[in-house]
Amino acid sequence: MLLGFTLFFSTWLIAVDVLGVWRFRYMPGLWEVIQEWTAKKPKFGVSIFTSEYYTHIWYSLRRVLIAFSFSLVLGVPLGLFMGWYRKFKEFSFPVFEMLRPIPVLAWVPLAILMFHTEEGPVIYLTFLSAFFATTLNAFLGVQSIDRDLIRAAYCLGSKPRDVFRHVVVPGAMPYIFIGLQIAMGVAWFSLVAGEMVAGRLGLGYLVNSAYTTSRYPTIVISMFTLGFIGWLSSAFIRLVGDRLMQYRARVLSSG
Amino acid sequence: MNSLEHEAVAPAKQLRGGISIRNVSKVYGSGRSSFMAVDSCSIEIAPGELHVIVGPSGCGKTTLLNAIAGFHSISSGEIYLDGELLCGPGKPQAAPGADRVVVFQNGALFPWKTILDNLTYGPVIQGLMTKKDAQNLARERMATAGLSGFEDSYPGELSSGMARRVEIARALLNDPKVLLLDEPFRGMDNLTKSIMHESLLQIYDRNEVTVFFITHDIEEAAFLGSRVSVMTTRPGRIKETIDVDIPRPRDYRVLTSDKFLGLMGRIVDAVADEAQKAFEAGERELA
Repeated sequence: MLLGFTLFFSTWLIAVDVLGVWRFRYMPGLWEVIQEWTAKKPKFGVSIFTSEYYTHIWYSLRRVLIAFSFSLVLGVPLGLFMGWYRKFKEFSFPVFEMLRPIPVLAWVPLAILMFHTEEGPVIYLTFLSAFFATTLNAFLGVQSIDRDLIRAAYCLGSKPRDVFRHVVVPGAMPYIFIGLQIAMGVAWFSLVAGEMVAGRLGLGYLVNSAYTTSRYPTIVISMFTLGFIGWLSSAFIRLVGDRLMQYRARVLSSG
Repeated sequence: MNSLEHEAVAPAKQLRGGISIRNVSKVYGSGRSSFMAVDSCSIEIAPGELHVIVGPSGCGKTTLLNAIAGFHSISSGEIYLDGELLCGPGKPQAAPGADRVVVFQNGALFPWKTILDNLTYGPVIQGLMTKKDAQNLARERMATAGLSGFEDSYPGELSSGMARRVEIARALLNDPKVLLLDEPFRGMDNLTKSIMHESLLQIYDRNEVTVFFITHDIEEAAFLGSRVSVMTTRPGRIKETIDVDIPRPRDYRVLTSDKFLGLMGRIVDAVADEAQKAFEAGERELA
């Protein structure tokens, strides 16, 4: 892991600072970015010591968390029901599959027209992409359950709702968590897209405004911050998943 | 050992778990792509009998089991359990229930529940026992089955033989009338298999339960069964039912006795024809 990082950063250093490759002529150098990032008085206004930096992070994080929570609360049950009740799937799944391939960016104008608040459109766009990933994976999770487990549950005297609770939900859980991780990833993706177009604050907005005002180190700082927080949020979901599905961790480690 | 007592006491008790399969047929699909899996098949299984069905692959053994369990409908005929109609005219599919518990070919313990939770699932979900009582009973059963110490393990941490023993124990905790076993020991090595056979026989001798056992292992059939029914190749029909009059309790020494070998010979003869036919049918399909 260390080797990969070393290679990456030294390539950056060599390409920009040492060789001065023409293609990267506007690309800030590694040292420049680090200095700016850690400066008490940053040249371009954003570093770990400025409150502006944290305001942007906070706004982005809050939007992602709200959008993600909505997609969790709506997407998981919807996916489970689509997987479990054939009747429900028959009318809901085609609609779902028609809307799902629409790229989030194509929703931007409608989102702005639909929500007149400042936060509305961005949160809505972030929610949309996360919601589709969550729902689809919960649905696939139900499909993935071994039919014999469901039969066994009925044999042991379960009613349909017992089967749902004791077999369908835990059986779909691994897929649900894969879905949530994907959802978190695409949520950050659409967040930045949304903030670039419709935001007044946030890391995506920062990237874009730094670009229009030629604050190149700030662009890179925002990008790395996005990457880091994105990774952190995925790791958090993985952690929760491992806690909820201890049987998998134990079986994997013993096998 | 106590099988003599067992047999002496048994008639006094209300024996249960008699299955009557009458002229059952099953057609899959419809129109030109339809085919008949089972063709007017009749079997009478006495309460408490260990009945083995042998036959070539794809002969409809599992179709029959699924019909009894309530996983599939039947096309015609009737199936009764202790005189009550499970499925038949007007009621093509039986409702699955804890009086007929299936042990599956590939195992169906809930991977996300501990062994103890798997065992107590049936009685607790049906509201027959409190969780506490069920756990006590489960621990007792685990001790007799030599599974103590695995209460908090997950199924994935167990060997296949152990997992299958847990699954049989889980089924029996519901006090079912019938245990339906669908090639439960398939794919196990011979050593594990013979251990599983002996432990199944012990369980069978201890519990008053009818066993419906599907296999295509002839030795297994003769060693375990009270009677062995040989099914024809598709569409499945009962070709011959052979009484295995070898006293219980049986152990591995039976396997080399002349009587056992003679019985096996009879089953082999009956199955061999059908296997040959199934093989030729398969060749034709490929050609």
